[in-house]
Amino acid sequence: MELVEKTDQAQAELLKNFEEKINRGDAIEPKDKMPDAYRKHLIRQISQHAHSEVIGMQPEGNWITRAPSLRAKQILLAKIQDEGGHGLYLYSAAETLGISRDEMIQLLHSGKAKYSSIFNYPTLTWADIGAVGWLVDGAAIVNQVSLQRTSYGPYSRAMVRICKEESFHQRQGYEIMAKMMQGTKEQREMAQDAMNRLWWPSLMMFGPHDSESPRTSDAMKWRIKRHSNDELRQKFIDKTVQQAEVIGLTVPDKDLKWNEAKGHYDHGPIDWDEFYRVVNGNGPCNKQRMDHHIRVHNEGAWVREAAEAYRKKKENLN
Amino acid sequence: MATDSQFALWEVFIQSKPGANYIHAGSVHSSDKKMALQNARDTYTRRGEGTSIWVVPSDAIVASNPDDNDMLFDPSNDKVYRHPTFYVMPGGAKAI
Repeated sequence: MELVEKTDQAQAELLKNFEEKINRGDAIEPKDKMPDAYRKHLIRQISQHAHSEVIGMQPEGNWITRAPSLRAKQILLAKIQDEGGHGLYLYSAAETLGISRDEMIQLLHSGKAKYSSIFNYPTLTWADIGAVGWLVDGAAIVNQVSLQRTSYGPYSRAMVRICKEESFHQRQGYEIMAKMMQGTKEQREMAQDAMNRLWWPSLMMFGPHDSESPRTSDAMKWRIKRHSNDELRQKFIDKTVQQAEVIGLTVPDKDLKWNEAKGHYDHGPIDWDEFYRVVNGNGPCNKQRMDHHIRVHNEGAWVREAAEAYRKKKENLN
Repeated sequence: MATDSQFALWEVFIQSKPGANYIHAGSVHSSDKKMALQNARDTYTRRGEGTSIWVVPSDAIVASNPDDNDMLFDPSNDKVYRHPTFYVMPGGAKAI
């Protein structure tokens, strides 16, 4: 009994020191003492973020062979390569917390780890590639800029690196949309259709409303998150509406209007039933995305085995 | 699914231009030195971030423990005579 009390006391002391450090604005590094809940929250969030980057390569990869010009194809290839790189930065950051790359992939394949639901929507036309870059990467940037100041050092450094590269992604998407809006009637309709389908899922990327978000309070207290879901969503809407107007696209929200008193746009209700339907596995492409990842991972096993065999052979020669 | 090898972990250091310090950029997985260098190139220098790369097996790095920080770093605070501003210079002396 006495021992239990002592352990509790030590835990309380650890938590107090940790929170003082957080409140001073110090970064937490891998070897620092941290509460288990902080470590768990980070592993969940960073691995989910990494999986999103990697799964996000699929809807874009769908258009590599059909890109409308060599320029467009080169850009798309470079962008998808970046997404793979971003996944690697993030997996590395998560690994500093004591989880292995293999465990993370297994959790993804077993459905225990999630990735951003936006990638469960299909890319039906070339305009979707524009909308993904402009809206989806645009929403991701708002989130990632905020996360550059997250309290965990390796996550923060990965975010700084990613933000430097993401701005090319958003600009290339916006350029595609702008170009299509200067094109034929069919091309303008195609761009508007992509906007109509991807606007609401992009708003859902920020997650449930603050009042409904179960994990927000600890994450904010420990400065893992620096802004709430609703704050970030508002920031995205405020900057994106003007960009839509410039190129003549209509935001598919009849309740959208500028609120002079608040200095922000008001928006209509988000269909959270759709959000939870997709999160829980019933979006248009959930099965396709996961099947593809598992298949490619398994088909690549022989490459990993060959590389290991080659290393062992060389070690025996030395 | 059986667990499979994701290779050893390597730390990547990049020199941004000749003469600069090598700075830690992140890590990569690789089965050997050559692949580590190639993966580091692909992962961390896609936009002219560097002119030279070091890759080091992560388990070869010895790091200090944050709990030892007082013992390791405090003693330097009472040796102010290691800083040039500690010394009183005679008035009128130039270029010192």
